Amino acid sequence: MNATRYIHFELLRTFRNRRFFVFSLVFPLVLFFVIAGPNRNVHLGGLPFPTYYMGGMAAWGTMAAVIAGGARIALERQVGWNRQLRLTPLTPSTYLGAKVASGYALAAVSLMLIFAAGISLGVRPSAVEWLSMTGLIIVGLVPFAALGVYIGHRVSVDSMGPAMGGVTSLLALAGGAWGPIASHGFIHTVTQALPSYWLVRAGQAYHGGPHWPPVAWVVIGVWTIVLGGLAMRAYQRDTSRV
Amino acid sequence: MTDSTIHSAAGIEVRGLTKSFGDVHAVRGIDLTIRPGETVAILGPNGAGKSTTIDLLLGLATPDAGTVSILGDPPAVAVKAGRVAAMLQTGGLIREITVGELVDMVASLYAAPMDPGEALALTGLSDLAGRRTDGLSGGETQRVRFALAIVANPSFVVLDEPTVALDVEARREFWATIRTFADRGTTIVFATHYLDEADANADRIVLLADGRVVADGSVTDIKAHVGVRTIRFTLAGAATGDFAGLPGVVDVECHGDSVRLRCDDADSTLRALVAAQPEARDFEVRGADLEEAFVQLTADTTDATEEFAR
Repeated sequence: MNATRYIHFELLRTFRNRRFFVFSLVFPLVLFFVIAGPNRNVHLGGLPFPTYYMGGMAAWGTMAAVIAGGARIALERQVGWNRQLRLTPLTPSTYLGAKVASGYALAAVSLMLIFAAGISLGVRPSAVEWLSMTGLIIVGLVPFAALGVYIGHRVSVDSMGPAMGGVTSLLALAGGAWGPIASHGFIHTVTQALPSYWLVRAGQAYHGGPHWPPVAWVVIGVWTIVLGGLAMRAYQRDTSRV
Repeated sequence: MTDSTIHSAAGIEVRGLTKSFGDVHAVRGIDLTIRPGETVAILGPNGAGKSTTIDLLLGLATPDAGTVSILGDPPAVAVKAGRVAAMLQTGGLIREITVGELVDMVASLYAAPMDPGEALALTGLSDLAGRRTDGLSGGETQRVRFALAIVANPSFVVLDEPTVALDVEARREFWATIRTFADRGTTIVFATHYLDEADANADRIVLLADGRVVADGSVTDIKAHVGVRTIRFTLAGAATGDFAGLPGVVDVECHGDSVRLRCDDADSTLRALVAAQPEARDFEVRGADLEEAFVQLTADTTDATEEFAR
């Protein structure tokens, strides 16, 4: 079986679906210029405003992209395409892998645009900082990719829009992607337990690059295990031979 | 070529297949042998177990008991090897892709697929290769789904009610496509509830009722199995009571001057009829058609089952 060719067609289809572009590419970019533009000399959450907001918008856009990658499974389930694929030699790992890969590919485009936008408003990290930001975002997106696969198997096409938009917005908001929720106290502690909080931090380079303390790795790790397990179970429930 | 010769040594063997969903006994013990190259119709009323049987044949469902062997292998192995392909009853096409790309994509999943261009040509889709899948008519969509099955280059193709949503013209075109493919020697099993479709396209009919095989044979065999023939004639002033006493008559229908007798011994009926009614003319003696066979065979089972239940 030629997995590369299958993934090639998946990517082709991903970049032809313009609806998903709006959430992962257009909204974050527009919001960045509208909000960070006029406030480029202000400080927010201890960081220069554009630096803070570039991290926030990068988190929001890439999150939307990888969730959408998995959520597209719902569309294929609706037309019975999954059942059809079960009658081919395609393996489940290639099927799911292609969905995750296409989510990451869209996320990569989103990230490049947001980084370019950041540079245009004076965000000037070093090469090492760019690399560490990108690396941490790639890691931080893993639980969201699993979430996408879970949504794709459990949500019908009719409720997918609200489910995807709602979950993404809520996680972005609570994680501080649109602005800090709290800088100390109970709410701050709660938001720090969210994967989106650390995804936002991953994109905020200032004085030595993004800061991920050990707790960040634990939070991302736990969410990956929990959401990965849920996604796996949802997948098995969906395809189990009765 | 060598490959298909090896596989043609074995066909499809189904033994003692049963499957229940809770209290519903969808399949109650089916045995079936299908020889390579045969085109077999699985026919039956709704709820007869057609779709469950097909799911079991393809390994989409696991039987409670019994075995399925496709060219010597269990269904899952045959699917992995690309020796079986199917067009399921429900199903659309994914979007954001053209017909040609989709056939290409599915072909890429197989180790030894048919050339995608050939699959498109066989299904009459060459001109639509550049069209996006969401811009197709119902008949075109079904042809694409058929192309996706045959691009696997399978030895065995299963079609579950392939024409159910199509109009008469699209059905005719679709079957012409399938026959072209069947002429290449591929084994085809299709489920349908259109009797004319089975009559026109199958070498053999397997009639299911209530989860069992109630008849299995060529169309002629099945019609002959129903030992009832019909005599039609014209007789001015005919009345139902005039014919009930004739030998071999099972049922009488009169519509004006036109009379229809259903007989279990049509020869004797005819002799007596000619003698008794010298004015009768325009005789026509006909064997049961598939619809009559279908009704009688499936009704028998229902009666038998009801008796059994009592």
